[in-house]
Amino acid sequence: MKAVLLLIPLLPFVGFLLNASFGRRLGRAVSGGVACAAMLGAFGVSALAVWQLIAQPADARAISQTVFTWIASGAFRADFGLYLDPLSSVMILVVTGIGSLIHIYSTAYMHDEPGEEYARYFSYLNLFAAFMLVLVLGSNFLTMFVGWEGVGLCSYLLIGFWYQRPAASEAGKKAFIVNRIGDVGFVLAVLIIALNFRSIEFQDVARRVTEFAPETSFGLVSLIALLLFVGATGKSAQIPLYVWLPDAMEGPTPVSALIHAATMVTAGVYLIGRNAVLFGHATPTLEIIALVGTATAFFAGTIGLVQTDIKRVLAYSTVSQLGFMFMAMGVGAYSAGIFHLYTHAFFKALLFLGSGAVIHALSGEQDIRRMGGLRRELPTTYWTFLVGALAIAGVPLLSGFFSKDEILFKVFTSGHTVLWVVGAVTSFLTAVYMFRLVFLVFHGERATAAAAEGGAPQAASAPGAAHAQHSHGGHGHDAHGAPHAHDAPPAMALALIVLAFGSVVAGYVGVPHALGGSNRLEAYLAPSFGEHGPATAAHAPEGAEAHGSSANESTELALMGVSSLIAVAGIGLAFFFFVSNRAAADALAARFGGLHRLLWRKYYVDEVYDAAIVQPVKITSDAALWRGVDVGLIDGSVNGIARLVTGGSELLRRTQTGSARVYAASLLGGAVLIVGYYLW
Amino acid sequence: MPSLTDYLVLSAILFAIGTAGVFVRRNLITILLSIEIMLNAVNLSFVAFGRAFGTVDGQIIVFFVMTVAAAEAAVGLAIVIALFRHRESLNPEAFTTLRG
Repeated sequence: MKAVLLLIPLLPFVGFLLNASFGRRLGRAVSGGVACAAMLGAFGVSALAVWQLIAQPADARAISQTVFTWIASGAFRADFGLYLDPLSSVMILVVTGIGSLIHIYSTAYMHDEPGEEYARYFSYLNLFAAFMLVLVLGSNFLTMFVGWEGVGLCSYLLIGFWYQRPAASEAGKKAFIVNRIGDVGFVLAVLIIALNFRSIEFQDVARRVTEFAPETSFGLVSLIALLLFVGATGKSAQIPLYVWLPDAMEGPTPVSALIHAATMVTAGVYLIGRNAVLFGHATPTLEIIALVGTATAFFAGTIGLVQTDIKRVLAYSTVSQLGFMFMAMGVGAYSAGIFHLYTHAFFKALLFLGSGAVIHALSGEQDIRRMGGLRRELPTTYWTFLVGALAIAGVPLLSGFFSKDEILFKVFTSGHTVLWVVGAVTSFLTAVYMFRLVFLVFHGERATAAAAEGGAPQAASAPGAAHAQHSHGGHGHDAHGAPHAHDAPPAMALALIVLAFGSVVAGYVGVPHALGGSNRLEAYLAPSFGEHGPATAAHAPEGAEAHGSSANESTELALMGVSSLIAVAGIGLAFFFFVSNRAAADALAARFGGLHRLLWRKYYVDEVYDAAIVQPVKITSDAALWRGVDVGLIDGSVNGIARLVTGGSELLRRTQTGSARVYAASLLGGAVLIVGYYLW
Repeated sequence: MPSLTDYLVLSAILFAIGTAGVFVRRNLITILLSIEIMLNAVNLSFVAFGRAFGTVDGQIIVFFVMTVAAAEAAVGLAIVIALFRHRESLNPEAFTTLRG
């Protein structure tokens, strides 16, 4: 039973080794098959492990396995250990389950790649899954960090998969470098933890933190939590380090779905959930997390409103939804955050895969202004995409509704009314931009290129930028060149349909009390967050809502009504602007040209970062470090020593006159000196 | 009967003459002769010491010195001939090509 855990990351790793070593000779069917089989195997083992976990008594659900002792130095000890508890069980099911679907989808999506590229793609994808599973299963910070860095590496490799395209390799580098900035925070936090708690095991740290009183002012625990959060902002694309995620859309679409929507970017949320006890003792940091999450959700939502690249809209939507998760974490609603992580994985993967099916059908076109009317040609894609859009918009009875409502409710009851208002506005924006996408892509008439240039709202305000955006289009699908769009092939359709099904039903593990359900997920996860023992599972919701649950239920119902209205209103607004009255959208964009341009240019954040950070670093490196330190100091000292030797030799060589008499004279002089010394 | 000091003074004078010859004369052969004078000055002092202390060591060393001086004269003269063939000159100042 204990060996089971190691198999979970090991299977994809073996798949990686096979594809990386022999991929060239395997052929498409075998290399795709190996990768999918490895993932499905990992999913099977995960399901088995979770089944064993659930069979355990509710208050002590944990399976741990020490693979080997990694570092043993004095009192410090770090094992390569795996640890399965309710929290990581949710994560491994999401990673292996959705990962398997995306692997299957990829076999069709990447079919036009040459054989060795195909194998390279699957080897990276398997390697990513292996590292992601190490990340979520790691029993201590160091093991987690191995996975944390490994998924960053795979993210870089997969964003830059089409490395011949400069934009893709630039985006890969950007992702890697921005993530490194966050990782500095992570490493510092782990060092401080190791110094102060004498252990880096999650369980030990949680135990020792409870000896501290919860901090009300900024102290040691808050500092650790803040540094960990800095790491999380890098990996999970929060302000100020979110800039890499929209650019990461240069990678193949299934990669965007798996890494940059469903799994890797949620690692930061998981990190906070994993250390819920630690963060629970760091009240000031939690406030910061809630604020940053809310701000990110709103910011990214507004940017998503005007972008025209189908994947970029989804990318900003991902950033925004991750903001929601951090908002939940920040108010201490850990299970709500993880709940949203889990439902988001379904519908965002679905949306990305749907957009991939659209891009695939249109031979690489990503600009939504050149789409339209695709619902007749791509019925499977349309219906599944619509389900995903409904789910993310928060339409009642779909998964996104339950999880987002849970977050907004927890935010409201924790007293953060302002954050709740911003969150509600953001969920309105979510509905608008998602249905803008649905209506522009699938409804109306197929826009020709010329019509897109003339008629689209963005073309008037930022034609140059719009042009730049187009160049992202032509990647590996040119070979298709089909004049008529074709719907998703079976492997892609399978993934879409399963995910659509998941987007509908995934929320039913956490039906709120107010609707007569019981939040089973919350009770299941509670022990992982060091909350109430699951023996009190039935009372856990009351524990959190100690102040009168009936009043709370009516509040919750009211809030639910509000957010349902918001979702419907958002969809209605999108319908008005993008179906019934498109001229109004253009007019509005023209009316608020400045605001529109601000959003279109993404608040000029990339430009500001370039001016405030990238250029100063470049100038410092160039003027001070290169020309000053390297050329001046290091080269200068080496060359200076050489010049000193040359100069000294120049003087000394004058004694070498070549005249035998001078030599004889110096001999005599030397002899006289020596004799004189001994005589006197 | 001259004393040891007289021999040593004579030896010193001969040595000084030889040294001066090495530095003053501009002919390689004369310089070689001057070196021979210096060697013989030293030989004289060896013999004088040997007689004064009543041992034969000084005389034995003188035999060695004379042997080496003969060899040195042979090699030295051969070099002088080679140099003369090379430059048509016996002036030591003409041979400074090894200047640094």
